[in-house]
Amino acid sequence: MIFQTSPEIGGMGHSIKRKEDLRFIQGKGNYVDDVQLPDMAYGHIVRSPYAHARLKSINIKNAMQLPGVLAVITGEDLAKANLAWMPTLFFDKQMVLATGKVLFQSQEVAFVVAEDPYTAADAAELVEVEYEELPVLVDPHKALDPTAPILREDREQKDNHIFHWEVGDRPATDKAFADAEVQAKVHAIFQRCHPSPLETCGCVADFNPATERLTIYLTSQAPHAHRTLFSIVGGIPEQNIRVVSPDIGGGFGNKVPIYPGYVCAVVASLTIKRPVKWIESRSENLQSTGFARDYHMTAELAATKDGKIQAMRVKTLADHGAFNAAAQPTKFPAGLFSICTGAYDYPTAFCEVDGVYTNKAPGGIAYRCSFRVTEAAYLIERAVDVLAQELKTDPVELRRKNFIAPAKFPYKSPLGWSYDSGDYDAAMKVALDTIGYEALRKEQQEKRARGELMGIGVSSFVEVVGAGPSHTFDIAGIKMFDSCEIRVHPTGKAICRMGTKSQGQGHETTYAQIVAQELGIPAADVTVEEGDTDTAPYGLGTYASRSTPVSGAATAMAARKIREKAKKIAAHLLECSEEDLDWEPGKFFVKGAPSKSKSIQDISFAAYTNMPQGMEPGLEAVDYYDPPNLTFPFGTYICVVDIDKGTGEIKVRRFVAVDDCGNIINPMIVEGQIHGGLTEGLAIAFMQLIDYDENGNVQGGTFMDYLLPTAVETPHWETGKTCTPSPHHPFGAKGVGESPNVGSPAAFVNAVVDALSHLGVKHIDMPIAPWKVWNILKEKGVVN
Amino acid sequence: MAKKQAIQVNVNGRLREAMVEPRLLLVHFIRSFAGLTGTHVGCDTTHCGACTVMLDGKTVKSCTLFAVQADGCELLTVEGLMQNGKLHPLQEGFKAEHGLQCGYCTPGMLISSYALLNKNPHPTEEEIRWGISGNLCRCTGYQNIVKAVQYAADKLDQGGKKDDLPNIA
Repeated sequence: MIFQTSPEIGGMGHSIKRKEDLRFIQGKGNYVDDVQLPDMAYGHIVRSPYAHARLKSINIKNAMQLPGVLAVITGEDLAKANLAWMPTLFFDKQMVLATGKVLFQSQEVAFVVAEDPYTAADAAELVEVEYEELPVLVDPHKALDPTAPILREDREQKDNHIFHWEVGDRPATDKAFADAEVQAKVHAIFQRCHPSPLETCGCVADFNPATERLTIYLTSQAPHAHRTLFSIVGGIPEQNIRVVSPDIGGGFGNKVPIYPGYVCAVVASLTIKRPVKWIESRSENLQSTGFARDYHMTAELAATKDGKIQAMRVKTLADHGAFNAAAQPTKFPAGLFSICTGAYDYPTAFCEVDGVYTNKAPGGIAYRCSFRVTEAAYLIERAVDVLAQELKTDPVELRRKNFIAPAKFPYKSPLGWSYDSGDYDAAMKVALDTIGYEALRKEQQEKRARGELMGIGVSSFVEVVGAGPSHTFDIAGIKMFDSCEIRVHPTGKAICRMGTKSQGQGHETTYAQIVAQELGIPAADVTVEEGDTDTAPYGLGTYASRSTPVSGAATAMAARKIREKAKKIAAHLLECSEEDLDWEPGKFFVKGAPSKSKSIQDISFAAYTNMPQGMEPGLEAVDYYDPPNLTFPFGTYICVVDIDKGTGEIKVRRFVAVDDCGNIINPMIVEGQIHGGLTEGLAIAFMQLIDYDENGNVQGGTFMDYLLPTAVETPHWETGKTCTPSPHHPFGAKGVGESPNVGSPAAFVNAVVDALSHLGVKHIDMPIAPWKVWNILKEKGVVN
Repeated sequence: MAKKQAIQVNVNGRLREAMVEPRLLLVHFIRSFAGLTGTHVGCDTTHCGACTVMLDGKTVKSCTLFAVQADGCELLTVEGLMQNGKLHPLQEGFKAEHGLQCGYCTPGMLISSYALLNKNPHPTEEEIRWGISGNLCRCTGYQNIVKAVQYAADKLDQGGKKDDLPNIA
């Protein structure tokens, strides 16, 4: 149980209002594009109109002659500094500016620097690039055909295959399928989409020739790791680089990689010795940075006649575009996709993934998920519904029959994970009761009899978040720990600095609440700072729901170190031995004599004014936390849809989300994150798609045709919770921000398929636009 | 480069004069010339609404107007909502109801909500959703923004706080 602090202290469990809001509601946030430096110049990228073409020539003469133009940088220029290519976060390299050829539409070809952004854009138009078009490869299924054009001529390996990765027991799985009484199979494409945070990516690179220091204001979810990579790749001594990640307008994984624009701005600043700002447009953001998913998956389930799952077999083709710029731990080419066995207890599974190159934008980033967990959760939750159809059983019953029982935790999954804790049926039960499942099924039957289309979709997902532990997880070699430094001031107030970086998650509030919980210093008295590598302790950053599981844990551990010292000081002040003292958040008191106490504020003051003889002055601690395991949040989501037969339009009538993320720091913030994640899940299920035509022209490359939900399309979300603390986390938390995005796509799709299942429909690929539904209704003879 | 033109724009009650290129977008005038960076740019196709401001009492997306078109006009940006050192009830509501996360859409949302309440002091949930449908938010799922607008509507209703509102046409 978590000790309940007073509202004045505002520890865990209090829905205190966010500290960061005051500046945002006044328009006083400080985002990268708000950074204005004296003498700043502006960069603009010249991009390729072709998806695959030989670069014949680049003529910068006219551009250079435009008044106000300071520099035009090409790939050839970068090659002289050995910077035409940069390493990606996953054992590949990526062109910063194209040399030789271009490999996707909107690829970076030249970088123009000018006195103002308008002139930079004008000059970009004047850069003359001559291309010779090459055959284009867009279909990942054709990437390995012998006739396919070889895209990456820079590689020794002369095909388009990037990696093969497999996990599990293939022979045992094949045998389970050979022996199976019932099998279910689904081909599901998790479409290429883009996280599209409302703030695009950008930076201000400021090289100061007098100090030889480079400051980079960067839209970065991982400022410390980015500093190290800039140093290693750019050959700049790390102490001379300061990365500042100011307010970030949403990230969702888009701001984990390093992009060519950043590198160009740095090179430009080093060249002209002035600050250079580069901010991408929305279209550039959608067309060139950080796409997600593009997994072409086949899942099979083997089961007994009475519905016990025996095995899972998965084969997946991963389209990584022109460069494998996936941002994921180095031992995991398909991320944590092997969580795909889900919430169900069966002994055997096998999963294989092949990655291929195509003429599309690079990436494969973890869009609001812990490295391919979304793809995995979607796949198993779709497959279970297809199995329910094969068995002609209720999908809820099938799930409940196969859930891992609470007594089996820690549970070793067939693909090697050790689930920390869970009670899946408890979350299911809350969801069923909240939505009134039985009544809805009855209503559905009645409606079907009248020819009306209504569907109920269920998804019981399991996540795997909060990487490390460091023995298994690293990004580009840097171990996945995270950090917190707390300094308590003489007056009992504190500052807390972190290795993570909020992009809207409310860290300034939630980390303060952890300190409040652990030390009893009111959350209002704790300042939280992140994002400045000169001041914050080193950390791996915020993505993969790792802030609370890792940095949150570091915060508790640092606070506990402070409490140890505070106890010594309290014993000194109370003239007793440490053993005679008890603690409750905010004070030490003498056992059996609670009136004899010293508050944390008294103790803080004494740490600087009246410490015991021989004790080091001050009251501060730092903790680098290496988690012993990941955490496994879970939940059950239920969606009800009504479908208009005439138009194919889908209306989400109700959506109940029951989440279990262990102990909660701030219920208001958790609920807000669930609302947001569900809305992104809705967008993925029904709207978001980055597609390409046969010539490699990106479709969905602007907000004109990359659809995002407004308040009108977004339904009213209903949330609920169960609480199964993580046994290994210092305060039993698990991380939650990504759960709704991971768990909800299957619930939406399952609901739509359920509405049409009596017509023999087993699967529809996302995004399920009305025309797709209407075509099915037409094909099935429901409408003319 | 076309000849620069002199413009005068009343921004949040303060007259701003500048020589601008005719092609300068209003949002860039607001951000770079008036120095008010609360108005954001989130797209290049007039969809996201992060740049929403009020121009002579009507909401506009300031990325889709030229600064010269605002010559002689009155502009209200997010920085003008606070009056006499007091937060506008909408600003209070966004904080109280957790109507923001990353904060990037918030200035535009506040202005659209402000315009909505000016026209319709007692909007239903559906009217609020339509009222902010020109503004995209990627974080909140809109539900708490709806509650924030309801909070402000209630507060304006109860307290006769109309007098506190910025005086804008």
